[in-house]
Amino acid sequence: MQVHKYDVVIVGAGGAGMRAAIESGQRARTAVLTKLYPTRSHTGAAQGGMCAALANVEEDNWEWHTFDTIKGGDYLVDQDAAEVMAKEAIDAVLDLEKMGLPFNRTPEGRIDQRRFGGHTRDHGKAPVRRACYAADRTGHMILQTLYQNCVKHNVEFYNEYYVLDLLVLEEDAVREDGTAYKQKRVAGVVSYDLASGEIHVFQAKSVVFASGGVGKVFKTTSNAHTLTGDGMAIAFRRGIPLEDMEFVQFHPTGLAGLGILLSEAARGEGAILRNSEGERFMERYAPTIKDLAPRDIVARSMALEVREGRGCGPNKDYVLLDLTHLEPAHIDAKLPDITEFARTYLGVEPYTEPVPVFPTAHYAMGGIPTNIKGEVLQDNDTVIPGLYAAGEVACVSVHGSNRLGTNSLLDINVFGKRAGIYAAEYAQTADFVEVPEGADADTIRLVESVRNANGTERVAQLRKELQDTMDANVQVFRTEQSLNETLNVIASLRERYRNISIQDKGKRFNLDLLEAVELGFLLDMAQVMTVAALHRKESRGGHFREDYPDRDDANYMQHSMAYLDDTAQAGTVAGIRLDTKPVVFTRYEPMVRKY
Amino acid sequence: MTAQNTEPVEPASKVDLAPGVGGGGEIPSFDITLKVRRYNPEVSEEARWDEFKLTMYGTDRVLDALHKVKWEHDGSVSFRRSCAHGVCGSDAMRINGRNRLACKTLLKDLDTSKPITVEPIKGLPVEKDLIVDMEPFFQSYREIMPFLISSGHEPTRERLQSPEDRERFDDTTKCILCAACTSSCPVFWTDGQYFGPAAIVNAHRFIFDSRDDAGDMRLEILNDREGVWRCRTTFNCSEACPRGIQVTKAIAEVKQAVLNRRI
Repeated sequence: MQVHKYDVVIVGAGGAGMRAAIESGQRARTAVLTKLYPTRSHTGAAQGGMCAALANVEEDNWEWHTFDTIKGGDYLVDQDAAEVMAKEAIDAVLDLEKMGLPFNRTPEGRIDQRRFGGHTRDHGKAPVRRACYAADRTGHMILQTLYQNCVKHNVEFYNEYYVLDLLVLEEDAVREDGTAYKQKRVAGVVSYDLASGEIHVFQAKSVVFASGGVGKVFKTTSNAHTLTGDGMAIAFRRGIPLEDMEFVQFHPTGLAGLGILLSEAARGEGAILRNSEGERFMERYAPTIKDLAPRDIVARSMALEVREGRGCGPNKDYVLLDLTHLEPAHIDAKLPDITEFARTYLGVEPYTEPVPVFPTAHYAMGGIPTNIKGEVLQDNDTVIPGLYAAGEVACVSVHGSNRLGTNSLLDINVFGKRAGIYAAEYAQTADFVEVPEGADADTIRLVESVRNANGTERVAQLRKELQDTMDANVQVFRTEQSLNETLNVIASLRERYRNISIQDKGKRFNLDLLEAVELGFLLDMAQVMTVAALHRKESRGGHFREDYPDRDDANYMQHSMAYLDDTAQAGTVAGIRLDTKPVVFTRYEPMVRKY
Repeated sequence: MTAQNTEPVEPASKVDLAPGVGGGGEIPSFDITLKVRRYNPEVSEEARWDEFKLTMYGTDRVLDALHKVKWEHDGSVSFRRSCAHGVCGSDAMRINGRNRLACKTLLKDLDTSKPITVEPIKGLPVEKDLIVDMEPFFQSYREIMPFLISSGHEPTRERLQSPEDRERFDDTTKCILCAACTSSCPVFWTDGQYFGPAAIVNAHRFIFDSRDDAGDMRLEILNDREGVWRCRTTFNCSEACPRGIQVTKAIAEVKQAVLNRRI
């Protein structure tokens, strides 16, 4: 067992991980572990922008941004966190500019801003220009700029190190009210070096999870192949709860059949959605802001149009994104990448033809629960000292039941920075938790059981069946029946997963083995998502239950918390305990959500 | 109100769509032979070719064919990939002898009557199958100091930059560090010490950024014997770039800047 010792270990090198590393690396001895190379992370695929109330092109303020975020999340947002994010957004953008990010500029030389879905002036009166951007590759520029600054600050990276376990210990502790409980402590992480196949233990005073999302439980997704929910699953397996996992964002404009993302910036720049009859159908569903309604509403409207027979194409299974009324020069200047995607992958010329689009699984609103310092919670309010999470893997919760466009790039910068600072500060005062004997034993068992498995099932086949089921039953529309059906399929897939085998038995760059491990994570996460979705008998934000089509504040204005618990039973699923956590309100009373 | 912020014209509520608009239709299928260069020093020091016969579809890319091989035929075939739509830069490889991203190369655009060959990019040590050691590539990148260096007083708000100044280096900000350019360069094949096109592209991105004050330092680094002067203007790099960056032009601009010491 090879053991490394750092003050801070960051898991993941996307936007949140590298933003954390820039802060932590200047304060404490820091290592970043990533299963990829840092510049391969999926932050780089984000396109449209990063909102902040700079008011560079029109009147705006962070309070409006807070309100939009809360309303966009259908009031399941923790309002203290949303305030932090909207307020610190301004510095987050300015930080990036100072680090060198090449934002598009106004004629006066300031950072230019454009419209984005759900971002409005004065509490919903009209769309506002709030998104700071670099053409339609804002995420690419953020990822590059953060990596460049990590190079500048000599951040230590362990590239292609897959973190497969979190070292968690439990201590007897007593609460202020005298009740006894088990306090979790963190000693470090266990990782697998792709190049050599060796296991490395990283002891750390602070661990920051910034490992991204879990989009690959779905077939049609904008997510990278590598987004398999590793961080969430590892935490969950070690008894850390997962919050609001039923809430998945389906981005309205994925390239039909492929799921590749076409930024909402297209609609921000004036593109509109049409059905087979050529109608601008969003006028029906969101009369005020139409195509710039939040993503959950647009995605559902598209799916409804298709369901009611107004879809396009031979199978009438998609709608059209129409840019043909925009000037080609404007398209080239503002949306060059996404129009190239349409040409490359669908052979469609966006200057003259509308582009086939359909919702694509995009973002997990839920994740590892944290407070506004990025500290991970082991229940509704007990902090795990030294454990932090930020970005898509975390649930702070600024996105509630539906994230607004651009707020993920903002989230990673604001809470990545916070987690990096607090993790380093904690490490400066804390001692190492001793690494237990045989700390790598579980990981070795996991890896070797996959390597030596000699069953008959193929990993790719099980993954495909999982993804097909999730697309069919847990997508934009859900019912008790569709969710129960999914749980049955997942149960049988989990059974079959015990009977897999892989073909590559080697040590070197064994991606065959890691895909099997990742499938294990996906199966766990799909089950948690579906159980949570079944439990929430209401419709809110990204979670739409056809059998319970209304929001039910009396019973469900609360976060869900899913725990791994051998003694528990959640519906038909043994081993998961579902609990709830109150939503934090500061100044916004829930209202009916209309646009 | 500025020109670039004018309201887009409100589009019509309903338009007549041309018949068959938006593509679609039956997706044709066809058979291909994929020839994959295999190498795994755990098994043998010898590299070899493996052939796979596959049925693929009109929208499939080379990456889809590789996945089909890995997922249905031989799980040991090893390659890197992540985003699968040309923005992460993981899957640069030699496809029919040309450097491309597997996720951006549609099979239907290749000659499917002949075997399609897939090899690792050249000039970097092969680790296993299509996976190469990227460390030398990133080392060159780090040497050109790929970060904004600004000596002046930091403003409270953003630094100002005109749209024209921003446009000056726009092309080179597109780089995804996939190494398709550098590993297509005949100079790099024979001299691994050469910085290579990607590092020069990333130097260009800062040299021509009006906010950066370290242009002279970067030009000094690239004036080295392993710097820009090794470029023989063969244009392989520009052809290879999956982001459409005019790499050779960027290198020429850096050469000119070294000569003029004026940016």
